[in-house]
Amino acid sequence: MNKDLAKNLAPGHSACAGCAFPSIVRTILGEATTPVVISNATGCLEVTSTIYPYTAWNVPYIHSAFENAAATISGVERAYLAMRKKGKIKKKIKFVAFGGDGGTYDIGLQALSGALERGHNFLYVVYDNGGYMNTGNQRSSATPYGAGTETTPVGDESFGKVEMRKNLMGIVAAHNIPYAAQANIANLADLKMKAKKALAVDGPSFLTVFSPCTNNWKFPTSQYVAIAKLATETNFWPLYEIENGKYKLSWEPKTIKPVTEFLKTQGRFKHLFLPKNKLILGKIQKIVNDEFARIASLCGL
Amino acid sequence: MEKGAIIKHDIKKSPRTGSWRYMKPEVDKDKCIGCATCVPFCPDACIEMKKHKNDKRDKADIDYEFCKGCGVCAQICPVRAIIMKKN
Repeated sequence: MNKDLAKNLAPGHSACAGCAFPSIVRTILGEATTPVVISNATGCLEVTSTIYPYTAWNVPYIHSAFENAAATISGVERAYLAMRKKGKIKKKIKFVAFGGDGGTYDIGLQALSGALERGHNFLYVVYDNGGYMNTGNQRSSATPYGAGTETTPVGDESFGKVEMRKNLMGIVAAHNIPYAAQANIANLADLKMKAKKALAVDGPSFLTVFSPCTNNWKFPTSQYVAIAKLATETNFWPLYEIENGKYKLSWEPKTIKPVTEFLKTQGRFKHLFLPKNKLILGKIQKIVNDEFARIASLCGL
Repeated sequence: MEKGAIIKHDIKKSPRTGSWRYMKPEVDKDKCIGCATCVPFCPDACIEMKKHKNDKRDKADIDYEFCKGCGVCAQICPVRAIIMKKN
């Protein structure tokens, strides 16, 4: 066991072999310079790291429900402020909330919006695996167009999800918070830099991190880093940050790979390579191109 | 009853996830260049850089108590010094 890495989230959790979020959590918390308090939405991270009577968390951790990770951490933060006023706590503490895309894009959205608007001193991290993976791959509003899931099954009449992803970064940016960024676990230095910036902010900050799911995206357990890397190289998952309302692109691939390079690594997109779904592939490429062009124009490129 | 239902972290109570393993990663210590690329990507924080014989740089060492055998380390090793073998 690597003691340095395990100081916040220890091994012994029951996340699938080859899961991405333990590394994401460790990388982000590793950048913290003050003690942290964690709140967690229901999801893979919560159910795998806190199986009674064991907890993999070495830091104070609270979970209350699916929809209110942000509301819970708001309460903890306000209690801390009150106790500090009374002189019961002296040290500086940073508050971090973790949620999956289900607990953030869909179910926890209003709690998140409220906490961002009230301006609590916390960092919200969403690990985006594009669906409700804990309960067996139901679609969420973060599931990409064309992906086959339990609730958007693939068949003669259907090619998977017909809606596009929700633009959560846009929603978060609309709250005029000091710092929000989109990162990827494969670009470790970039993720570390963003985590450091986000944790240093005095006020709300937000991170979206790409988290491949070996079980429900249907790829071999050894591939999560390679797939995460491809997502950024094909512009499927551009890396950018929004600092005080200003967009800034963090990394731009020199040669952009076609999005099919990313899609063909996963079983959830397998059906798109059938001849009858050729048009859908073209549409996905167009969605990716348009989305990147939109972000690039916001960045002033 | 635990007061306030607070659970303290205790690694002794943890399930030994090494029993999940089907394929076992093995580090070729002579090939390993000690770059530590694999360390942060291990989902179970199993890889530690340890001194090996008289080598200048520390080499990757895997804790099989918790390693689930996913093979991420073998896949990202730049010099292919980690090989997956049947358990």
